[in-house]
Amino acid sequence: MTALGVVGGIAQPVLIVAGSPVLVGVMRQVRAHLEGRAGAGVGQPWRDLRKLFGKEAITPAGTSEMFRAAPLAQVATTLVVALAAPFVTTDSALGVISDLFAVVALLAMGTTVLALAGLDTATAFGGMGASREMTIIALVEPTLLVAIFALSVRVGSTNLTDIVSATLHDPARVASPVSLLAAVALVVVVVAETGRLPVDNPSTHLELTMVHEAMVLEYAGPDLALVELAAATRLAVFLGLLANLFLPWGIATELTPIALAVGILALVVKVGVLGAALAAAEVFMAKLRLFRVPELLAGSFLLALLAVAASFFLA
Amino acid sequence: MTETLYVQLLDLACGGLLLGAVLVLWRRELSVIIRMFAAQGVALAALVAVLAAHQRSVDLWVVAVGLLILRASVLPLLLARALTAAGPARRETRPLVNVAASLLAAAVLALLAYAVSRPLVALAPSPATQAIPVGVTVVLIGFFVLVTRRRALSQLVGFLLMDNGITTVGFLTTASVSLVVELGVSLDVLLAVLVLRILTARIQETFGDADLDELAELHD
Repeated sequence: MTALGVVGGIAQPVLIVAGSPVLVGVMRQVRAHLEGRAGAGVGQPWRDLRKLFGKEAITPAGTSEMFRAAPLAQVATTLVVALAAPFVTTDSALGVISDLFAVVALLAMGTTVLALAGLDTATAFGGMGASREMTIIALVEPTLLVAIFALSVRVGSTNLTDIVSATLHDPARVASPVSLLAAVALVVVVVAETGRLPVDNPSTHLELTMVHEAMVLEYAGPDLALVELAAATRLAVFLGLLANLFLPWGIATELTPIALAVGILALVVKVGVLGAALAAAEVFMAKLRLFRVPELLAGSFLLALLAVAASFFLA
Repeated sequence: MTETLYVQLLDLACGGLLLGAVLVLWRRELSVIIRMFAAQGVALAALVAVLAAHQRSVDLWVVAVGLLILRASVLPLLLARALTAAGPARRETRPLVNVAASLLAAAVLALLAYAVSRPLVALAPSPATQAIPVGVTVVLIGFFVLVTRRRALSQLVGFLLMDNGITTVGFLTTASVSLVVELGVSLDVLLAVLVLRILTARIQETFGDADLDELAELHD
């Protein structure tokens, strides 16, 4: 553990938790502008969260501790990833936790916990949402692993900090077919995992199409606020990982105030641009039929596998 | 051209070829399939152009330009005209193997291609020969499209994908393909497409549909 890692470990979670609702606000605002609406403003997600946190905690009758613990567990797993993975600094505060397998497992655990909570309510929607989410995560997780693994082959380490520093020292890597194929695969799985169009519609409560919303339908008050916050931070974490794995420039490699400020600014700009691009793309997209989603994810798995094959054979 | 830049451009062109083949397998819309095939033609021409720049061969430059004209514009144009003639059926609605399964099959085919071309690569390891598996993968995916699709037009694209793959392997393995040989092959392909296009049009005219599975048994 180095001083740079510790500073990063403090700055990253604070920045991501504070910034992710703003990111969601920006994305909604971009969408609203493109659709010709005024929009609720960039600060609206934070205002919603403040309102929800101020309410009384209430849980449905017949639910177990699983239901109450799930939002906390999801926020906690995301926070650990935000602390460990290289977002602002190339050094990790938690060393081995920034390993590719640990990070992907932590993120998948957050999803699984929420699906269990959805099952715990024993409502029709909760079960339906949980089963859909499990179908998606079963295809997303291997793709996520294989796609990042393709990048780690040349570096010779599965630690994300090593992958990011190696790309930083050898920018030519970014334009290789390995990176391109892995990038396409990762974009698809990030879209699927964060519940955006065309896999899930984040702004609907229409029963037949919901995935994420169906699982959290029974939450209210502070628990709902935690679920919403976790969803926003997961989006920021996934976009941050995507940005730093392929375009790591700007990330702080030394412990100076300027380097840190540049690192923070670079992360904000990269994630902001990616989020805005995602929101703009969503305007032109319709939701995919649920039975067509495995097709999309199988395609991205194939691309990830080709990326791994190419990293072994073309190099 | 420096060695690293050469390797990088070569790999990039190979990645484009691979991506083109995968997208042809993935999409259902016939017009999109044709566009993807055209994009793959551009990648193939770029590959040959990179080889030409590396070997400083005028012949290869001519071949690259010829490939660009034939595979990125003439053939797709012919296919697009066949599509407009084919009437309202614009989609590969029900392939024999569904799309998700065929994408996974393509993953297996890619691994198979890497496995079988290892001895070939071991003969003379160089950046160009190391890309042979990509060409073999395109051949296998093309063959897969050819056998699992029902529309005559997508089968035609599968045939052309195979040809793209064979051409890729040819350019990657040999130091230089003679201009005459390449010209002969290209004319062959063009002729095959013209004949098949007329055949498709005739099937369409006679039966009102280009679904080849309907032609499996005899009718009065």
